[in-house]
Order: sequence, then C-alpha cells, then structure tokens
Amino acid sequence: MGDSDTLVDVRQLTVDFGPARKPVRAVDGVDLSLKKGETVALLGESGSGKSVTLRTLLRLHPKSARTGGTVAVDGRDVLAMSAAELAAYRGRTVSMIFQDPGLAFDPVYRVGDQIAEAVKRHDGVSLAEGRKRALELFERVRIPSPERRLDNYPHEMSGGMRQRAMIALALACRPKVLLADEPTTALDATVQIQVLLLIRELQRELGLGVIFVTHDIGVAVEVADRIAVMYGGRIVEMGSCATVIRKPAHPYTRGLLTSRAGHAAQKGSRLVAIPGAPPDLANLPPGCAFAPRCPEVADGCLQTVPAPVPLDTGHFACCFRVSASSAPKELRRAIA
Amino acid sequence: MNVIVDTMKPVGDVDRGGEATALLSVRSLVKHFGSNSGLLARTRTVVRAVDGVDFDVMKGETLGIVGESGCGKSTTARLVMQIIKPDQGEILFDGEAVGSSALGLNDFRKQTQMVFQDSYASLNPRLTVEDTISFGPRVHGLPRKAAISRAHDLLHRVGLEPSRFAGRYPHEISGGQRQRINIARGLALEPRLLILDEAVSALDKSVEAQVLNLLLDLKDEFGLTYIFISHDLNVVRFMSDRVMVMYLGKVAEVGPSEQIFTTPRHPYTEALLASMPSMDPDNRTQEAPISGDPPNPINPPPGCRFHTRCRFVTALCAHAEPPLHDVGGEHFAACHLANPASGHPRLAAA
Amino acid sequence: MSVLADTRVVVPEVKASRGYWASVGMRLIRDPVAMVALGVILLIVLAAILAPYVAPADPYRGSMLRRLRPIGFPGYPLGGDELGRDMLTRLIYGGRLSLFIGVMPVLLAFCIGSGIGVFAGYIGGRVNTIVMRVIDVFFAFPSVLLAIALSGALGAGVLNSIVSLTIVFVPQIARVAEAVTTQIRTRDYVEAARVSGANAFTIVRVHVLGNVLGPVFVYATSLISVSMILASGLSFLGLGVKPPEPEWGLMLNTLRTAIYTQPMVAALPGAMIFLTSISFNLFSDGLRSAMEVKQ
Repeated sequence: MGDSDTLVDVRQLTVDFGPARKPVRAVDGVDLSLKKGETVALLGESGSGKSVTLRTLLRLHPKSARTGGTVAVDGRDVLAMSAAELAAYRGRTVSMIFQDPGLAFDPVYRVGDQIAEAVKRHDGVSLAEGRKRALELFERVRIPSPERRLDNYPHEMSGGMRQRAMIALALACRPKVLLADEPTTALDATVQIQVLLLIRELQRELGLGVIFVTHDIGVAVEVADRIAVMYGGRIVEMGSCATVIRKPAHPYTRGLLTSRAGHAAQKGSRLVAIPGAPPDLANLPPGCAFAPRCPEVADGCLQTVPAPVPLDTGHFACCFRVSASSAPKELRRAIA
Repeated sequence: MNVIVDTMKPVGDVDRGGEATALLSVRSLVKHFGSNSGLLARTRTVVRAVDGVDFDVMKGETLGIVGESGCGKSTTARLVMQIIKPDQGEILFDGEAVGSSALGLNDFRKQTQMVFQDSYASLNPRLTVEDTISFGPRVHGLPRKAAISRAHDLLHRVGLEPSRFAGRYPHEISGGQRQRINIARGLALEPRLLILDEAVSALDKSVEAQVLNLLLDLKDEFGLTYIFISHDLNVVRFMSDRVMVMYLGKVAEVGPSEQIFTTPRHPYTEALLASMPSMDPDNRTQEAPISGDPPNPINPPPGCRFHTRCRFVTALCAHAEPPLHDVGGEHFAACHLANPASGHPRLAAA
Repeated sequence: MSVLADTRVVVPEVKASRGYWASVGMRLIRDPVAMVALGVILLIVLAAILAPYVAPADPYRGSMLRRLRPIGFPGYPLGGDELGRDMLTRLIYGGRLSLFIGVMPVLLAFCIGSGIGVFAGYIGGRVNTIVMRVIDVFFAFPSVLLAIALSGALGAGVLNSIVSLTIVFVPQIARVAEAVTTQIRTRDYVEAARVSGANAFTIVRVHVLGNVLGPVFVYATSLISVSMILASGLSFLGLGVKPPEPEWGLMLNTLRTAIYTQPMVAALPGAMIFLTSISFNLFSDGLRSAMEVKQ
C-alpha cells in the first residue's frame, strides 16, 4: 500500500484515556501520512490531540491508554510491536525531540557519554566509536567547541545548546523519521529561529521525514511543507503550507489566522477573537467539535461530525460550510 | 440586591502631578543578586539583573517592555512593584518618591498592581474566586460584604458571570478564565497603573486575543496605564504606544511603538525583529540574524553589552558603553551608530 | 447557539463547585485500602473508648490458678496472661493507653512543629537558618535513642512518655512544615498578596496556612504508627506505663517469658501494635494519594 516513499501511514487513529466507562477520546479518527524528506506540521491548541498523536507513533502512552486504527511506519505495524521490537524501533527508525531538553538527558551523566551510549546500544559498536559519532553530530548541529561540550553535563549548557544536543541525540542512530514536540516553545526568539533553521537544514541533508507539533503558526510556516490543523482530537484542515496559510477554508483556521495580533488592522482597533475556550475532551458536543465557537455555525453542525471535503489537490477541510465549488476567499493581510 | 456598593470610579480624581508629570518615573535603577561560592565564600558571583535603567511611563499610555531571558524585564517589574528592594536608583510615582512621607508604601500599593504570567500559580488553590479578588480590598479596610460586592462587579466587567464563577475554585476553571480573574484581582484596589508581566504568554492563541481585547476595553473604561511585558513582539506592537527594548539589564532602545518596529536603531532590536518567524511560506527566513544564546548577566561584556554578538562591532564598542542617544521623535537608542559624534568607523564612511 | 465575538465568556453548565477537602474526601472514599484501614482504626478506637461495655472481664482481676491459658480456653477467648487475667479484656483496655500515648505526642508535635516550621519558613534568611539548625541537632539523634534518653531523664510514667515523644517528633514535623512553607512562600499568589499590601500575619493566615497544613497533616498521620511503636517500646523498657496498667508494650514485656509456653498469647499484644500501626500507615498513604492528585 502506498509507494516506498511513504514513511508514515496513520489510518483512523483513535486514542482513549481514562476509565472504560467514561473514556476521554484524545484522538478521534486521524488520518496522516508522511513522505521521505517532507515536514508535516500538526498545528493546534491545548486539547487538540496533536501531542497525543505524535506520541502514539512511538507508543509513549501509559498502559491504560487504548488505541485503535492502524499506525504503519516504514512499512511496519507500530501498534502490534512487541517490547523488544519497540526498543529497536525507538531511536533507530523514529526519534523524538521534546520541549524540555531535560526530558531527554540524564542530569548525572555527561552529554557526550549519553549519546555514545545510545549509539553503542543501537549499532552495537564500541564506546569509542560512539564518541566519535557524538562529536560528528555535535559538529553537525553547530555546537561551538564541540569536543569540550561533549564533556559537559546537561545543566552546564544553555537552553539553546541543550536543545541542539537533544537534536544530536535524536539523530544519533540515523532515524528515518524525526518527531518534534514543540521543541522551540520554551526558547527565546533569537534562539528559536536558529533551531528552526537547523532542523530545516538537517532534514534536507539527511532526507528525514519530520512531524512537527506546534501551537505557533509562524513556526509552522518556517518548517512545514504541509500543515494539518487539529481541533478537539480531529484534523479539521490539511493542505500545503501556502494553501492553508493563504486560503484557509475551515472557520477555525481562519479564526486562528485573523485573531493574531500581527494581523490586526490598525492600532486602537480590537482583534477578531474566536469566542469561547478550547474544548473539554471529556464533554465534546455530538457534532463538529468547533461548532459552539463557530461564527458560521448552522443547524446540521451539531448533529454529525463533518467528513473531509476535498478542495484543492491535497487540501481538504472538515466543515459542512465549505465546498469545492465555493473556493475559500483569500485572507486579507495587513501587517505580516 | 440593592446593596450600596462603592462603584468603580474611573481614575482621574486622584491625579496629583497633573498632565505633564509621568505616572511612573524610574531613574538609575540597579539590582544585583549576589551568591557566595567557593571556600569561605571568597568568590562572589554577582548577577547584574538590572544595571542602570531609566524610563518614564506617561499617564494613560501602554509601555511595552521586550527582551529575552536575562534582560531584566521581570526583575524591573518586581522592583517597580516593590516586591524586591532596589540596590540603587529611585522610583517616582506621579512625582512622589515611593516610600517617602508623601507616598507611603501602602498608598502606593493601592495605585499599582500586577498581573502575573502563570494563571494557575497566581491563584490560591484553597480560596474561591470571590475570596481571592476581595482579599486586597479587605486588607485595606473594606468590610467583607462590600468587598465581595466589588468582586462580583469586577467579575462581571471581565466577562465572567458572577453567579457562575464567584464560588468556584481555581482548578475548576480554564486558563483564559483564570487569567481574567487575575486581571479582576489586579483591578480590585482601583489602581492607576497595572503591570502585566507576560500576562497572555501562557494562554492558547484563540484565548489570547479575547484577553487582549479585554485589556484594551478595561484600559479605556477605567483610564488605566499599562506596563506590558512580553516576549511576543506582535502582541507588544499591537498593545503598546511606546516600546522599550532591554538587553542584559540595560535599556537598548526606547521609543514610539511604530518607529521601533519600522525603523529600529539598535542592532539588537533589528536582530530581534528579524528573528520573528516569517508568515510568508514563499519567503522563509534563510539565515538566523544572530547566533548563540543570550548571555548570562553574571559577567556582562565590557563596554556595550551587545558587542559580542553585534555585526557592526568595532574596537570602540568594547571600550565605551553607549548612552541612550536621542535619534529624534522621542526615540532613543543606546548604540554608537546612532550617535553621530561617537566616532564609530561606519559613521565616517557614510 | 450563535455566539458573539465579544469578550464575554460563554460557559456550559458545570456541576456544583467543590472545595479542596471535599474532593479529597471523595477520592479517599473510593480507595478501598484506605477505607479498610480507616475501618480497622475506628473499630480499635471505639473498642478502646467503650472498653467497660465491650470487654468481657475485669482487666485487673487475675487468678494464679489459671495463668497462661491458651487461646480459646473456656472463659478466656484470647487466652490468659501470666497473672491469669483475660487477654481479650487486657487488649481492649490496653488500646486506651497505647492509642493515647501514640496519638497525643503526634498531635502536640503537629501544633508545635507546624508553628516553628511555618514561622521559620516564612521569615527566611538568617532566622530560618538558626532555627532549622537547632532543630537539626535534635534530628541527628535516632528517634528511639532520643526517646529513651529523654524518658530516662524525665522518669517513667505516661505524662513523661508523652513529653519525650513530643520532643522527638517536633523536629521532624518542623522540617516538613518549613520545607513546604518555603516552597509556598515563593508562589505567585503569595507575591500577589504581598502586592496587595497585606502584612505578613494576614498572608500567613489566609494564604500560607491553608496550603501548608494539609501536607504536614498527612506527614503527621504517618508518624502515628511510629509513635505507637516507640510508646510501646518505652513501656517495654519500663520507661512508660507502670504495671498493672494494661498497655500493649508493657504486656509484651511481661509476657516475654511466656514465649516458650504460650507463644500465641505472648505474641498477641505485638499483633495489636502491628495491626494498629499498619492501619494508620495505610490510611495516611491513602490520604496522601488523595491529596496529591491534580493541582
């Protein structure tokens, strides 16, 4: 199924948490695919299900979580893997970087040793070989004075450098897919742009597939080829980066773009805010999850969950109010 | 329900200094944090969090403060609020020194309030919403009934229905709603100046717009003055009349908001603006405007603090610290390049 | 359901608001282990309180002819002790003193220790250092040793036991209280209270105490089991209750020699100490879990 270029193929993924009698559906029927050398951004706010979707690819959920659907990475069924297969798969085929680099590093060991250890475990080479590779990686992620930094402990490095070291660790075993869970959210602006450019560059050089979770539209624009907008555990719109940003079809996407402070018409005017608050996953309305906040809501919206409506090539939106015939209006842009 | 409540009066009748006096005037503010390390505390590392900061906030305006980690903006806010004591410098509120006989600390507290970033940590988990909001007024002598009444009134003004929210606990409400409660608490003492320290940073983007609108509405309704601290440049540009850029404990540039954003005169401001992610998929950022991390305020570089990362650096910058120079239109930049008389080689070439 | 794009917040109906302790209580009720432990504790406490009505015999009346009867002997449901007194009665009455000497010190130490800890924690700085280092001096002694030393110095007796155990526990509770207070002191809502112009006393009363006493209380309940064991130990060593008062630790001592002839009977007081102490422990664990959730 699919060409050999497809690295990730997720079909109808559902993830439930909590007690069986009152489950909370964090992810509800997500279809996602990723090709080699492509970056897909999962854009959404709290409760959108973007992080849960990401973590499912590495099966990072507690045992009490119940998953449904199929998740195929590099042709293999992730949900059916045994513990041993998972251990070999994590880090080797798929790797992840987090918002908090502290999550990836053990504070009592030197950074270089940790990377060397990972290489040794996965590739079966000696520790010395591992260290050589760690040095290569540090150079690749542009850490200044790499030999010295290999001997640093995590707390001795600044935030931006720790993030680069975490990227190095993630790439240590030459994975095919890199998962990024809001890696730049906690970084200063000047450091954030450096890390984003680094990720873009590494992806080009290594031919990685990248799935990048973020809540910041600007970040998504900088890294993504395609953007999937998520709301209430579902993908509500997906398309190429340019299409979603310039011709958003789903009212939520339009709302996100027009409510940005950078989009405001002029000083003194008010922002066009989306009313209400992000949904409570334990109490989703029966139909479209966005209906309670939607400016274009109609009667049918609260009855059934809208199916994807194809708009352009590779562009679709899950909304009853859009159709292929009425092309989505281009967004007026005042201040970029 | 016919309780006579002291209604929230728009501020103006307590204006002591008049139109021309700045509401807040900060001069030469310095705060160093020291820690003793080494045997017998022989070595003393000093964190120069705020190292000589001057600025004014005029009545009725919003001053935005931007900067990255280590720039000292949060410390400055806390110094202004008198949560921590400055090592040097003076703070004048409406022309009177804070803590002097003319303006006691208690009086000052009634006129300046703060809204914090973490909406959850800023609320006592054991108190109901109305108890939290009414705490301040009760401390200052308002009887319980009147204070609760005022709390209900404020809840209404920030868009939360009192009958639904007054008796709730913080863990039962969402982030955006909690931040509205924080704002209501900040207004409970009827202050003239409100300091918003990254007040919207932790909110979801869709909720952030609502809260920003609310802040603008409240500012008009109550005639408030804001100090708006944020790392999000778009939001600062939208909210502020004037903007101050801080770097490593000093002011790098200050001026009218549009001028700072369209014609920045300090290389750091330029770099900061260029670091904002592009919103144009066809025109992505190709090169990082600046490399490395923001440095540590423990051992700031000599001369101009930014010279180690500046692309216009020259020998002069490492020796002489540039003062804030007037570049016209109430716009000041602390850079040798902005000062024609500084002797920076690039100026001669122009 | 159309909503205006203004700043008002639209909120779906929500169930009635619950205070913190109410939600803790609800979580606790759903914890089977904690509930069973609580049940056992209540049973023992009730039996101790209602001893005159519940116990079958006189705890002081013995019979040299009927010493050391085994369990199940007619008239002696749990056997007879070395002086022929009914074990069941002695155990029920023994609960009174054992529980009293076990719980009182913790209660007193909770009050005194919290006071010291919150004071030191809130003041901070040098005063904090001085107070806590003095506390640490006491903390350096192993509790058993300290209890014995203090009891030895003060003399035997119920009151002295309570005093020495209280002194043993005050440093431990003070430490926990100080740690939690220091944490809470830097929270944003305490800063906000300071910014409102409240004085230290008001801040402590309104904001700090409510958030500190909870965790300290849980810690204190976990000390009850230790206290009971220490109290029994003191009585065993002759430093606590004096015979012929029934008290489990003392009973363990006097039944020592019977361990070869009637081991089951000799072990009974120990079993009671174990049962009570582990029930307090499990309940305290359950309470801690119920309090930890969310935040």
